[in-house]
Amino acid sequence: MEDDAPVIYGLEFQARALSPQTAETDAIRFLVGTQSLKYDNQIHIIDFDDENNIINKNVLLHQVGEIWHISTSPADKGVLATCYNKTSDSKILTCAAVWRMPKELEPGSHDSPDDSSSTAHTLELLCHLDNTAHGNTACVLWEPTGDGKKVISLADNHILLWDLQESSTQAVLASSASLEGKGQLKFTSGRWSPHHNCTQVATANDTTVRGWDTRSMSQIYCIENAHGQLVRDLDFNPNKQYYLASCGDDCKVKFWDTRNVTEPVKTLEEHSHWVWNVRYNHSHDQLVLTGSSDSRVILSNMVSISSEPFGHLVDDDDLSDQEEHRSEKSQEPPQDSVIATYEEHEDSVYAVDWSSADPWLFASLSYDGRLVINRVPRALKYHILL
Amino acid sequence: MAAAAAPPPGSSPGDAPEGPDAEAPERRRKAHGMLKLYYGLSEGEAAGRPAGDPPDPTDLNGAHFDPEVYLDKLRRECPLAQLMDSETDMVRQIRALDSDMQTLVYENYNKFISATDTIRKMKNDFRKMEDEMDRLATNMAVITDFSARISATLQDRHERITKLAGVHALLRKLQFLFELPSRLTKCVELGAFGQAVRYQGRARAVLQQYQHLPSFRAIQDDCQLISARLAQQLRQRFREGGSGAPEQAECVELLLALGEPADELCEEFLAHARGRLEEELRGLEAELGPSPPAPDVLEFTDRGGSGFVGGLCQVAAAYRELFAAQGAAGAEKLAAFARELGGRYFALVERRLAQEQGGGDNSLLVRALDRFHRRLRAPGALLAAAGLAEAATEIVERVARERLDHHLQGLHAAFLGCLTDVRQALAAPRLAGKEGPGLAELLAAVASSILSHIKASLASAHLFTAKEVSFSNKPYFRGEFCSQGVREGLIVGFIRSMCQTAQSFCDSPGEKGAATPPALLLLLSRLCLDYETATISYVLTLTDEQFLVQDQSPVTPVSTLCAEARETARRLLTHYVKVQGLVISQMLRKSVETRDWLSTLEPRNVRAVMKRVVEDTTAIDVQVGLLYEEGVRKAQSSDSSKRTFSVYSSSRQQGRYAPSYTPSAPMDTNLLSNIQKLFSERIDVFSPVEFNKVSVLTGIIKISLKTLLECVRLRTFGRFGLQQVQVDCHFLQLYLWRFVADEELVHLLLDEVVASAALRCPDPVPMEPSVVEVICERG
Repeated sequence: MEDDAPVIYGLEFQARALSPQTAETDAIRFLVGTQSLKYDNQIHIIDFDDENNIINKNVLLHQVGEIWHISTSPADKGVLATCYNKTSDSKILTCAAVWRMPKELEPGSHDSPDDSSSTAHTLELLCHLDNTAHGNTACVLWEPTGDGKKVISLADNHILLWDLQESSTQAVLASSASLEGKGQLKFTSGRWSPHHNCTQVATANDTTVRGWDTRSMSQIYCIENAHGQLVRDLDFNPNKQYYLASCGDDCKVKFWDTRNVTEPVKTLEEHSHWVWNVRYNHSHDQLVLTGSSDSRVILSNMVSISSEPFGHLVDDDDLSDQEEHRSEKSQEPPQDSVIATYEEHEDSVYAVDWSSADPWLFASLSYDGRLVINRVPRALKYHILL
Repeated sequence: MAAAAAPPPGSSPGDAPEGPDAEAPERRRKAHGMLKLYYGLSEGEAAGRPAGDPPDPTDLNGAHFDPEVYLDKLRRECPLAQLMDSETDMVRQIRALDSDMQTLVYENYNKFISATDTIRKMKNDFRKMEDEMDRLATNMAVITDFSARISATLQDRHERITKLAGVHALLRKLQFLFELPSRLTKCVELGAFGQAVRYQGRARAVLQQYQHLPSFRAIQDDCQLISARLAQQLRQRFREGGSGAPEQAECVELLLALGEPADELCEEFLAHARGRLEEELRGLEAELGPSPPAPDVLEFTDRGGSGFVGGLCQVAAAYRELFAAQGAAGAEKLAAFARELGGRYFALVERRLAQEQGGGDNSLLVRALDRFHRRLRAPGALLAAAGLAEAATEIVERVARERLDHHLQGLHAAFLGCLTDVRQALAAPRLAGKEGPGLAELLAAVASSILSHIKASLASAHLFTAKEVSFSNKPYFRGEFCSQGVREGLIVGFIRSMCQTAQSFCDSPGEKGAATPPALLLLLSRLCLDYETATISYVLTLTDEQFLVQDQSPVTPVSTLCAEARETARRLLTHYVKVQGLVISQMLRKSVETRDWLSTLEPRNVRAVMKRVVEDTTAIDVQVGLLYEEGVRKAQSSDSSKRTFSVYSSSRQQGRYAPSYTPSAPMDTNLLSNIQKLFSERIDVFSPVEFNKVSVLTGIIKISLKTLLECVRLRTFGRFGLQQVQVDCHFLQLYLWRFVADEELVHLLLDEVVASAALRCPDPVPMEPSVVEVICERG
């Protein structure tokens, strides 16, 4: 069966930050933050109309600086957090802030998207995650399933847990921990685990991956030398609580069981340059998406370590002969494989993510500002579903 | 002479010109025919010949000679003179013929006279002889008569004598019987058991027959008593044993002759033999001992061979001789006996051989095995049922297998040893000298050392298949040992394990700590490549030649092995590129990350780290050049480089950045760089490399520059920061193009670095290209 062609959208500026609108479960919507030192930066709200294969965009001005990281609240569709560079004289500081989109851009109210695209709206600042004492903020993590009141920011070697109060207009530092050691330790990225009542966070610094308990702000586990070089990104398996994926400058993607961190469960080595992003599909955790500075996006099928290692279990009462036949076929040991390599990008891909609304759809963003929306191949989709 | 013989004397033309009488031609013709007959010419023939051409009556020698015709012819045809001549001639011939005839007659007459004399003499002699024969006949008749008379007279006596002789014999037998008990006793006393048994044997049947007579019965009883005693004594002697197998065998033989039950005897016999053989085994075991005084293995097998196996042979031979009557059951007993003891012997031998496994020398072991095996062939032949020979062969096979394993381990250890040596060699001069040691020499040393080890192993494995070794013609050693054992297990196994060991250097988590010196990776890669191109096929050919592999079982083809080696070489080289690229990357990354690019001063020279990068790259170039060939560059390279470079530094660079300086057109930068990218190929950074220097260097430089690019994109630059990047990139461009296959690649990457830096600069004012050049040339 024919797969739909990828949809490509171009931004005028360089861009690194991409996030799905986490709280939105109906519309396919991605937020992209631009990087420009000379012009006002923007947040593009990209709506994808799956039926008509059309992209609608809204642009929000983000005047405080270029955006390095963007994340959206899991509870409130209109709330997002960015990490941005603030340049003052010969100093650069990466700050973080929580914003609210203008009301009219929230879903259901974009009556005339074509008009609004021309007139840029401005974000409404809710609060700063004050990091002057802690250094550059690498990223902001929302508590995955909560009410959008808890946020963690990683600033240099500090891990800071914030409580957002009074409808997020005020951020109170609830607790913090810092990484001590020789040399300049700096967190590069982190991920909040959706398991264990959201009490665990994993962070990456240099080649090490660490797990933290947010209640005591103490380290739970530590994977030394998880990668040969810098670890770029992490993601938790949404269905298997101890499984963690990491990627880094050694071109590898590794899968870990956090209960036994001496050896990775699995290693992928498909990219030919640094892997910047790794993402589990939210529903079908055998689908793993990676983006790399070799300009490629790779979708892998990690059946053997997924929560559905033997395919979809058919336990309907009225099994037809056909289904029986198929279920026999699925008895064959599953093979991990690369499903597809997407080569629509021409520059380094710094961000990939799945849509929060459609589990078969994902977006990738390269430095030259090209956003590509792709779908999981239909054949595979039906294979997983049926 | 024909002329002389043919015309009879009376018919000569000269003598009787006119035919004398009517009968004359008829007689002449007869005599003529006789003569002809004498000379082998048949009348018919003579008559038949002229049938072809008409008979010439004028031919003097012809059969149809007609004197009349002849004379007529002469008279008619010849002149007088000739007639005269022929007349004289004829006269002369006739005379000659006459004299010849006279001589003949005279000679024959003489002979006839002497023959007559002889016959007369013979007649006389025969007459005399006849008389004497008559006399002889009469004499003979007289003699016959006398003889008959004597015979008749003696007939009577003869019969009496015959009877007497019979009685005498009977009496002697009786006497023997009566004396038997005492004789037996005496024999027993004297220990002449054999004699006693023989006597007993002779008497037994008679006694048996006549036992109803009281006197005989008494004798029989006595005899039985004595023989029972005898048997007892014999048994005693047998049990005491000690005196060695032959005497034992004798005892058993005597006992059997005495009619003892064979079953029991053979049990006892075997029990005895067991005792002795176990003694031997204990002796052997003692030699093994807990603290081995270790006589060498040859001695051990020799002792085992002569002591135990020899003993077993004797026992078996004696048993078969003695208890042949026992049939299958007896043979089975013996086989079981041999199997059990043989098993224990084998266990001992195996223990001893196991001690030998660590040793390095095969020749002694093979000789020991050979003796062991050879020795066991003798009892094996005797006791096919016990399967000793098979078991022995099995042991030899097992040992051979273990030896092969041992060799494989040895080879592997040698390989690891070589690697350690190389590591040391690489580490030591690193500290002292600037350049690495001769990698090529190291490579040659490693290769030759491994090859010599392989050859030594092959040679020592070859001992197992030597012609003179007794087990070399077993099917295992002809087939499986050669193909599966030596070829697959040893050689292929070693090459595989070598590849694996080499590959493990790629997989080791040494990426950060760089546990493996890069030079070692390079060297191993070259080694594997050499194996792929030449050594593997050489070694396998050597093996196939030495061990004429007859086995049909599938073997790993050379091509598969070569492919593996090539793959290993490729992975090692790729890993080398990664490691070296990482080293340079780290330098570049540190240099970008740790610098404050916003507040740098105006660049005055190239940063030291760039010089270091170029230096390192040059060093790598030299290092790789030691082992790998140059490789091919893109044709455009060589002398066009300067020109393209100038294009790069002036117009192109200008062209690229120009739009971005004009604030009104923020999109143009992207557009331009995108258009540019449309025409350039995608660069695979960590792509597999080829086996040549240029490819390796290209890989390393690609990795380094891509890192530089990514790092630059993460930073923000001030004006002078950008200019510094410009200078650095120009410097790299100046020195790196010569290393890569396609200098366009370096251009592209450096272009992108500078472009990215410009994008990351809020205030991008590039430096004048001429100034950049000046700085670079100065630095």
